Amino acid sequence: MPATKFTPSIISRPIYGGLTPHGAVPALMLASGPGGEALLDLIAADPAVLPHATVIYIPEGSDLGPRLEAQGPASYVEAASYASILPRFRKLLAEALMNTRLYLAGTEGLIGQATAEALAAGMLLEAIEAEHRGSLARRMQCVHCKGITEDVTTDPFTCSHCGLSLFVRDHYSRRYAAFQGVCVDAETPGEVPPKQEIKA
Amino acid sequence: MSAQMLRVTEIEALSPLVKRFRFEHPGGKKLPLFSGGAHVVVEMPDGDLLRRNAYSLISDPQDGSGYEIAVRREDGGRGGSRFMHANVSQGDTLRISTPLNLFALDARARKHVLIAGGIGITPIIAQMRQLLRMQDRFEIHYAARSRSEAAGLRLLPRLPHIHSHISDEGDRMDLGAILDRQPIGTHVYTCGPEGLITAVAQCAARLGWPRGSLHSEVFLAPPPGRTFEVTLAKSGRTVTVGPHQSLLEALEEAEVDIDWSCRGGACGRCETDVVSCHGRIEHNDHWLSEDEHSSQTKIMPCVSRFRGRELIIDR
Ligand code: FES
Repeated sequence: MPATKFTPSIISRPIYGGLTPHGAVPALMLASGPGGEALLDLIAADPAVLPHATVIYIPEGSDLGPRLEAQGPASYVEAASYASILPRFRKLLAEALMNTRLYLAGTEGLIGQATAEALAAGMLLEAIEAEHRGSLARRMQCVHCKGITEDVTTDPFTCSHCGLSLFVRDHYSRRYAAFQGVCVDAETPGEVPPKQEIKA
Repeated sequence: MSAQMLRVTEIEALSPLVKRFRFEHPGGKKLPLFSGGAHVVVEMPDGDLLRRNAYSLISDPQDGSGYEIAVRREDGGRGGSRFMHANVSQGDTLRISTPLNLFALDARARKHVLIAGGIGITPIIAQMRQLLRMQDRFEIHYAARSRSEAAGLRLLPRLPHIHSHISDEGDRMDLGAILDRQPIGTHVYTCGPEGLITAVAQCAARLGWPRGSLHSEVFLAPPPGRTFEVTLAKSGRTVTVGPHQSLLEALEEAEVDIDWSCRGGACGRCETDVVSCHGRIEHNDHWLSEDEHSSQTKIMPCVSRFRGRELIIDR
């Protein structure tokens, strides 16, 4: 699956530059599903990134795990979910040095949450490389009840916390790693436009 | 530029070349607080000349009872520091600007590494006071040529994470050792000669650090040069800039209204559009980008000069 191209939008909508290798410095690599291919491409582009790399892979049904492990990174971990690997990821960040680079590949939800975690640990945005691969599902925050709904694929969608019908905005919070969802029928209650699949 | 008249209440020699000055409000009023790394501009009426120099504050940012600066006498300089050393006595009043900070600590940092060379220790002293108060993690590396010249030694407390490197005692600052293996979230602040700032940047790049973690400050004295003329687009007038004068000073003398703050090519406040340029602008600032320098469409009058047939600026 190739890297996702997004159409231009408002300034807060994140765009992901793709994984540019930074050579033989310590690296944390975190990928989910088809994001594993982005890591394989990165390693092929510059094998020097590998000997100092810790790779965390969340397969999400994909079979890229054995191929990633066979590349021979300094360490390789497979995880069932981002939530399950978070304590370990936090520890790795806490132990990271100033020349550590972070490579992220997968869904926006994964990239956003891992980025927020790294920024909180003191990493600078310029030390983070990210490439979107896989599902276009969004992690949405309801601006009304503040609850987060994961894997939103339609616009509008129903808030999993308060039940409002929410319009999917490109307005993004880096701190919450979520797009903002705004009530779609506030002025005309009950008049909810038909759901459409999110395409970008 | 807002400023007020303050009284010199203390003068102390920190080293043969460096004096500490303390300023207080003549009526005992509290002065605005500042943040570590801030500077003030001191006005010095020297005969017909009004000299203005920027000096970093070294006092506690949370203490509004006075402002303190440390001034190194530059015998080859334009005369501001010589004036401070020779003509200013306790009890005098001088016009001092409100503090401005172009070298603030980065609030995202988990650890601060402060590197100073020579008199570059001054902003770092106030940053240190702020860090001590906030109980933030930091270390200081201060390099000086000799113990007698090292005015900073008098201002730095003896703490295990404050290191002095006196080069004529064989202790040279080893930037590689300082920067190697620093934890993520480290920010580095360098103040001193340009060579030191460049060396830190090169060392950090070699180690693979992101550039955004590096902060530096260098105040340039306006460099002298040949006399040149500048035409003002708005009035059609021409001003002549003398060899030891800056374009900013010449504009002020001609009573042209122009904003400024650092007077050292760092803050951007005096940025001026160039209407036409036949010749070469000698850019000396740290503000404009390389592209802006080479396109010759802007000039920083506080430090930059001109050589050529004609320069018309939008003033
Ligand atoms: S006054 Fe600050 S750059 Fe000129």
